[in-house]
Amino acid sequence: MDLNLDAPHSMGTTIIGVTYNGGVVLGADSRTSTGMYVANRASDKITQLTDNVYVCRSGSAADSQVVSDYVRYFLHQHTIQLGQPATVKVSANLIRMLAYNNKNMLQTGLIVGGWDKYEGGKIYGIPLGGTVVEQPFAIEGSGSSYLYGFFDLAWKENMTKEEAEQLVVKAVSLAIARDGASGGVVRTVIINSEGVTRNFYPGDKLQLWHEELEPQNSLLDILNAAGPEPMAM
Amino acid sequence: MTFTIPIDNGDALKNAETDSQRTLYPYVTGTSIVAIKYKEGVLMASDMGGSYGSTLRYKNIERVKAIGKHSLLGASGEISDFQEILRYLDELVLNDNMWDDGNSLGPKEVHNYLTRVMYNRRNKFNPLWNTLVLGGVKNGQSYLGMVSMIGVSFEDNHVATGFGNHLARPILRDEWHADLSFEDGVKLLEKCMRVLLYRDRSAINKLQISKITEEGVTVSQPYSLKTFWEFQAFHNPTAGAQGSCGFPGGYLNEIF
Repeated sequence: MDLNLDAPHSMGTTIIGVTYNGGVVLGADSRTSTGMYVANRASDKITQLTDNVYVCRSGSAADSQVVSDYVRYFLHQHTIQLGQPATVKVSANLIRMLAYNNKNMLQTGLIVGGWDKYEGGKIYGIPLGGTVVEQPFAIEGSGSSYLYGFFDLAWKENMTKEEAEQLVVKAVSLAIARDGASGGVVRTVIINSEGVTRNFYPGDKLQLWHEELEPQNSLLDILNAAGPEPMAM
Repeated sequence: MTFTIPIDNGDALKNAETDSQRTLYPYVTGTSIVAIKYKEGVLMASDMGGSYGSTLRYKNIERVKAIGKHSLLGASGEISDFQEILRYLDELVLNDNMWDDGNSLGPKEVHNYLTRVMYNRRNKFNPLWNTLVLGGVKNGQSYLGMVSMIGVSFEDNHVATGFGNHLARPILRDEWHADLSFEDGVKLLEKCMRVLLYRDRSAINKLQISKITEEGVTVSQPYSLKTFWEFQAFHNPTAGAQGSCGFPGGYLNEIF
């Protein structure tokens, strides 16, 4: 049997889920690639499962879509039967059930995040293989490789909503800078007791990193701004 | 409850690959478990790491869990398979409790159940990718055994999985003896865990030591071990070396 222990499949995308004092913030880039071509530069990888639970999708677009579609369907029925909103834990467990039982066929890493009245804001990471790990923050996708060090440094417990969102935006932006399979805009979804808020951060609104330059309309603007040429009479 | 996404592409031969599920390789893995019998029962040590290939990805995974009243299960290998095994055991313990006959599953029975499960999965070429350590105490009798992913199963006074097989076992063979006190047992396990920390790339410095006695199960809080780096030979190993080798004279000594 071929053991492939040292080379886990790399997955296009950067997705992040972070808990804060009162809820969760989910974040993702927006690049969908087929090989080297960017098929969609503005995709939405943060998908709704219920009113209070969302999932960040990474890896195979098809696999992650079909898994979330099934789980949305199951959760809809579950909510009707239960008579109240589904919990984040149940949502994560349903994703796990599909991910684990179809582990040979699926290639998708997911982050389930949401808010329920029993446990508050919760994040569950579900990597390849179908392991479920409840975490204060989770990172997934090929871009996440570049963020382990960043989160080791920057993560703190009990952040405010604003701090948490800024952390997520910064992190996705850093990953986009280095990961070819991540790019486009940064989307965030904030979920708490009050509801759900979607935000959108286009590339030109993000801060610049090492060796990145301020975007211009044209070279001509730079040349003109530099003033009259030397030796002009 | 299982749910396999239904697929229909007609061709039975091609279906053979996808019909039968087989775990071809592990993704998120736990490293060694080391366990010993001691005077009052069994002690089991494990770190809290979940590796993803060479990345030390998860640092808060509990790889030792209490099973029923009398047993402790530690697992190395694929974490998702371990989580599935815990679900099977939940069902086993629940059914055992529902008999309401005052009897409860002992470690020997749980070990036997796990052996059957692991061996049968191996026969179907769809193993649960784990090496399991089962320890417990019932009616004053201590029990310690392990099962591998291919169904090899045995009992012993001390066991180790993964890298522990190579690094911890020699230490245990040398220093284990019957009726160890709790303190001596913990020190012995810590000795093994420290060596694993030095020499196992997938080990992390955050461990838990679990104990099971007639009274019940205790899982310690996570803690870290101090490590020693102040050997003289470590300070400047390449001093006096010719070339990149770490000893004076280097490989040129052989020639001249």
